[in-house]
Amino acid sequence: MSGYRTPLKRARGLGAAHHGAGHWIGERVSSIALVPLSLWAVFAALKLALYDYDSALTWVHEPLNAVLLVLLFAVSFIHMHSGLRVVVEDYIHKPFSKAALLILNLFVCGLGGGLAIFAILRVALSGAPYVSL
Amino acid sequence: MSPHLQVWRWHVTMLTSILHRMTGVGLYVGALIGAGWALALASGPDAYHGYMSLLASPLGRLVLFGLTVALFYHLANGLRHLVWDSGKGLDIKTANFSSILIIAFALAASVAVWAIAFSIGAVK
Repeated sequence: MSGYRTPLKRARGLGAAHHGAGHWIGERVSSIALVPLSLWAVFAALKLALYDYDSALTWVHEPLNAVLLVLLFAVSFIHMHSGLRVVVEDYIHKPFSKAALLILNLFVCGLGGGLAIFAILRVALSGAPYVSL
Repeated sequence: MSPHLQVWRWHVTMLTSILHRMTGVGLYVGALIGAGWALALASGPDAYHGYMSLLASPLGRLVLFGLTVALFYHLANGLRHLVWDSGKGLDIKTANFSSILIIAFALAASVAVWAIAFSIGAVK
């Protein structure tokens, strides 16, 4: 009976990783979000390079800046996780090394993104804008 | 290794493909540097000044300039990948031309951003 199946039916869900459409789409959707976010990041970095500590705190207190920073970190770390995962899957073939690197990638992205977002929220939500004495 | 570097003649679309991965891995480190900035800001003025002076050091600047090139390259080539996903621009002539265009754009945009940074005093 399997002879009656179309090539698509056979191909579906049977790539090298036995899954991937969701991963592929997620990588592209996050890349679209990162187009404006990364351009904003360049603009933000130029501004922040001019600021001292107090001005940087005040800048992060701005709701739009805080939200864009959180989105920038969240989407970047999601996209980075997708991207490096493919690199590991392509080049590392020993099962243990591959699994270890995939888990390390997930944990680094989860921890890095989590810490960065927590730090931004902590600054942004810490009461009234910081005023230098 | 994939594709097989030892049997393939070097060509520009191969270079842009390899650069896309290399810049992606570079930007991975760049995002961790960005996360470090957020942590330093949340840790108080001393940590922040320490971190910012590290970024302003010669090595820090070299890394940041490299990240600027990596960002513009990965951004432009990523957009080209999205165009390719729609099935357009895949013929060899167009792909070769867009490869050169993207490398030139990444370098020009990076120099422009750093020229702006110098002119506004963000980099001294």
